[in-house]
Amino acid sequence: MNLFARGSDPVGRTDSPIRITVDGEAVPGIAGQTVAGVLLASGRLSWRTTRSGAPRGVFCGIGSCFDCVVTVNGVPDVRACRRRAVDGDEVRTQTRQEDA
Amino acid sequence: MTRHVVVIGAGPAGLAAAEHALRAGAEVTVLDQADAPGGQYHRMLPEVYEARNPQRIQHGWAAFSAQRRVLEHPRCKWWPGSTVWALDHAAADRPPRVHVLRGPADGASRQRLSLTPDALVLATGAHDRTLPFPGWQLPGVFTAGAAQALAKGERVAIGQRVLVAGTGPFLLPVAESLLGVGAEVVAVLEANTATTVRKGWSARPWRLVRHASKAGELIRYAGTLTRHRIPYRMGRAVIEARGDDRVREVVTARVNPDWSVVPGTEQTYQVDAVCVGHGFVPQPELAVAAGCVLDDGFVRVDDEQRTTVAGVFAAGEITGIGGAVAAAAEGAVAGRMAAGGEPDRNLRRARDHTREFARRLAAAHPIGAAWTGWLRPDTIVCRCEETTVAELREAASNPVQAGSHALKLGTRAGLGPCQGRMCGPAVAELCGGTEPHHRPIAQPIRLGELAQKETQDEHP
Repeated sequence: MNLFARGSDPVGRTDSPIRITVDGEAVPGIAGQTVAGVLLASGRLSWRTTRSGAPRGVFCGIGSCFDCVVTVNGVPDVRACRRRAVDGDEVRTQTRQEDA
Repeated sequence: MTRHVVVIGAGPAGLAAAEHALRAGAEVTVLDQADAPGGQYHRMLPEVYEARNPQRIQHGWAAFSAQRRVLEHPRCKWWPGSTVWALDHAAADRPPRVHVLRGPADGASRQRLSLTPDALVLATGAHDRTLPFPGWQLPGVFTAGAAQALAKGERVAIGQRVLVAGTGPFLLPVAESLLGVGAEVVAVLEANTATTVRKGWSARPWRLVRHASKAGELIRYAGTLTRHRIPYRMGRAVIEARGDDRVREVVTARVNPDWSVVPGTEQTYQVDAVCVGHGFVPQPELAVAAGCVLDDGFVRVDDEQRTTVAGVFAAGEITGIGGAVAAAAEGAVAGRMAAGGEPDRNLRRARDHTREFARRLAAAHPIGAAWTGWLRPDTIVCRCEETTVAELREAASNPVQAGSHALKLGTRAGLGPCQGRMCGPAVAELCGGTEPHHRPIAQPIRLGELAQKETQDEHP
């Protein structure tokens, strides 16, 4: 999981840095990325746990599977792959584990 | 009076529908959940990336750039970031009212609006189908579409060492996109055998002449794989992903034409990501909400792209998987007819020609019926509720619990947040019978938003 280096990218993009927090920890990203993109590029592969406690992250990447849901600024069940990250977003990871 | 046509979905089908509805004189509103037009096929980089050379990763960029300008037409309204969560019928002879939420994806205070169109064009597209296999729930296992969306849409690679597998020509652009964001692609595996693929594509090859550009595209992908020394292996499938908290390795095996595993041919790849796609399934939620009749999950349309519901047209992947060219050709017919235009023989003929390609695609890249041989009793089928193969088989064999409704309640398969989008077809195959689509709420809406007063329909 990497954000492709801007210098090598033939599309010739401009990166405007943003910063979000994930469970309180500051995570850098660039404007335009989805929350899922920021999380993946920061080296996180999973951020939600299922009923059984198993880890999940992105699966379908286009909003159909609901595996990647997070809480954004207090609003739960936001599909990380569909929500654009905004500078200052407070992201909390979620669990469906019953004893959690 | 000018007709108001609402087009849901701004992919190849929806944009063509908008273009032709405008040409026929209608006022058009185009809605899409995404904040940019193009759909999955023409997935764009975010505007704030300010890409100087987007054409470097966008196939057919010039044509798409021209087409998306229909959204700037004076009779066209473009509503990005718009989720249609329900359709309801006011009168039997009119298309349903369209209930929309506008704002950030899954936000809590989106604007609630409704539209009352004279005709509705549904162009909601498809998503990947990924068959279950042991370990497919591990982080690091992605659909092919996810790998593509992240690479093309954000320039993020899903892993450093990636295996691409499944079936269909879509695996090739996915591999190319992954290379384009610096990932190493260890191999591309096509589950169908060379014989199946060859027979499917090249029976009566003269009929494919019209699709020569598609062939050229495939040859270019083949060249890319060769240049990067990436093996493209046919008749080989991913049958297991292994790892504790994430994928560490994947097991592949040679498979027969029916996708049964050839014993002793297992091979393991060390990877940090694998993406798997076994073709596509339509997203017919809104067609179902409108009351359209479906055949095998696809929206039934007549020769003019009319569904079985008055004033409702459908185009693109929800009527059959045929790719972007077919989707656009259907969209053109649908848009013209929705606007009240006369049937156009040329548009219809162009549409009919694309159907040959769709037929080949289906014949060359079928799903082998013996894929269920990959499963083990403890393999998860419903990702949301973690329902296993053993639980499903037991419930299906229980005469007291017959029927899909009882099966769902007994095992919770299909009752999770994705509402069976991921596991529906697999559950149906494992338990026998088909799962009728029934989702009254097409997309999640928050109770707070539902309670909110609706902003008045801004269209006369």
